[in-house]
Amino acid sequence: MRIGTTLRTSPTLGVVDEPDDQEAGEHSGFRVNRRTFVGASVTVGGAVAVGSLLAGCDDAESGEATEVSKTTLHLRINGEAHELTVDNRTSLLDLLRERVGLTGTKKGCDQGACGACTVLMDDIRVTSCLTLAVMHDGADVVTIEGLATNGRLHPLQQAFIDEDAFQCGYCTPGQILSGVACIKEGHTGSAAEIREWMSGNICRCGAYTNIVTAIAKTSTGA
Amino acid sequence: MYPFSFSKATDERSALAAASSGARYIAGGTTLVDLMRETVERPASVVDINALPYRSIELQPSRLRIGSLVRMSSLAAHPDVRREFPVIVEALELSASAQLRNMASIGGNLMQRPRCLYFRDVSANCNRRTPGAGCAAVNGLNRGHAILAASDQCVATHPSDLAVALVALDAVVTARGGDGERQIPVAQFFRQPGTTPDQEHDLRPGELIVGVDVPTGLEMRRSGYLKVRDRESFEFALTSAAVALHVDAGVIRTARVAVGGVGTVPWRLPAVEQALRGRAPSAGLWSDAAARAADGAKPLQENGFKVELLKRTVERQLQKVAEQQT
Repeated sequence: MRIGTTLRTSPTLGVVDEPDDQEAGEHSGFRVNRRTFVGASVTVGGAVAVGSLLAGCDDAESGEATEVSKTTLHLRINGEAHELTVDNRTSLLDLLRERVGLTGTKKGCDQGACGACTVLMDDIRVTSCLTLAVMHDGADVVTIEGLATNGRLHPLQQAFIDEDAFQCGYCTPGQILSGVACIKEGHTGSAAEIREWMSGNICRCGAYTNIVTAIAKTSTGA
Repeated sequence: MYPFSFSKATDERSALAAASSGARYIAGGTTLVDLMRETVERPASVVDINALPYRSIELQPSRLRIGSLVRMSSLAAHPDVRREFPVIVEALELSASAQLRNMASIGGNLMQRPRCLYFRDVSANCNRRTPGAGCAAVNGLNRGHAILAASDQCVATHPSDLAVALVALDAVVTARGGDGERQIPVAQFFRQPGTTPDQEHDLRPGELIVGVDVPTGLEMRRSGYLKVRDRESFEFALTSAAVALHVDAGVIRTARVAVGGVGTVPWRLPAVEQALRGRAPSAGLWSDAAARAADGAKPLQENGFKVELLKRTVERQLQKVAEQQT
């Protein structure tokens, strides 16, 4: 029933062996990289967490995708054109991480509640976990990997470093993409306004004060 | 998530045709994708309606016309809406997060399913999900649940803030289906659970919301939305109040009051409106009128606090809107 391990080329990771979208629970026969290690750990650690932590991992009873439940789409991701045939169930987040290899975009809650998966879609911020990739044929997506230009960090990326606006860093890509949009939208008139318009991004380390400072300073060019 | 076939409708006709064959409409997807992942929703086919032309926001002399595919963020940012209907803007901007408001459509906002944890958990009993299965919330963790318009079959609150504002303003849903076009007042659109909690709204199978009309009126500019919740932002309401007032020559001529977070449907308060009409604004009046806000409430084991909180929410919002500059 299971589709085998697939060899993929990833622009950021090089060639990696990794399980297909539906196969994350199966770990034999391929080299352990960080993500497959995490997957294996979670499977051992607690069955409850598996569904929400493993990208595209579906219940055994849900079966494998048939031809009718796959779609080919074209996306521009960080300026680069991609043609992909995906299981219709694939979220934009899983497509970015598992198919394109852009693992900078993080999966936190997979329910739209934490903001770790925030990306820019046609220039607006969205939670990539709550949207199906197949809905966005022709869209232009920007992830954290696409913010720097010519090796130079985006000003908000630099500000996050300068202001010490993260600790563990897991929420940081989402915070930065959301912050870029927040600045562009003009919702940075005060610290309170920034807090309100950044409320879709949770930071469990509690780096909020410095995140607000980084966004405020970037918005004023300070 | 279970496998499903996916198609994109290019026009209304192809959308309705897909739905008549059993496909579920998807617009923003913020409710449907989430619930499909939880296997609460298991559509065999999904039709994407985002290419349909319901994207306009138009202020006419007698009404505001909102296309059903307008995103929450676009409606909230529209200059005419900001000027003429503050209560709509506030209800929207106090909903969800900036990301979700960029994704979620107005039609989908009305169609969102309950946020009750037992509804979302397929291992729990829920009459909405499985008619006749029983309701785990009635005697369960029900601090956030309804005190109004509930039944022993279901006590889930309606989650939409926008719907509370639209009920207060007598907005009307336009739906189209195989039998043509229909207008449904938002106040009649949502069904109380009664003995059939799985029937949440008035749409017929395959019908599609194409727009929402909000009547204009002298009271619309003096309006606002107050939302009380466990955290300051990105949280559903414990209680909320949408208020619009027209005050002329020191007398309240028109009062519109609806509340959220407390009912299984967005809940209009005619008794409170009646108590306000023809009276002069005063602190005593707000308090007297708001005393009727929870009439008929039946608290559950854990949400008795909502009765008093609701009265205070209404009182505070009446006072705030009355003092608002227009």
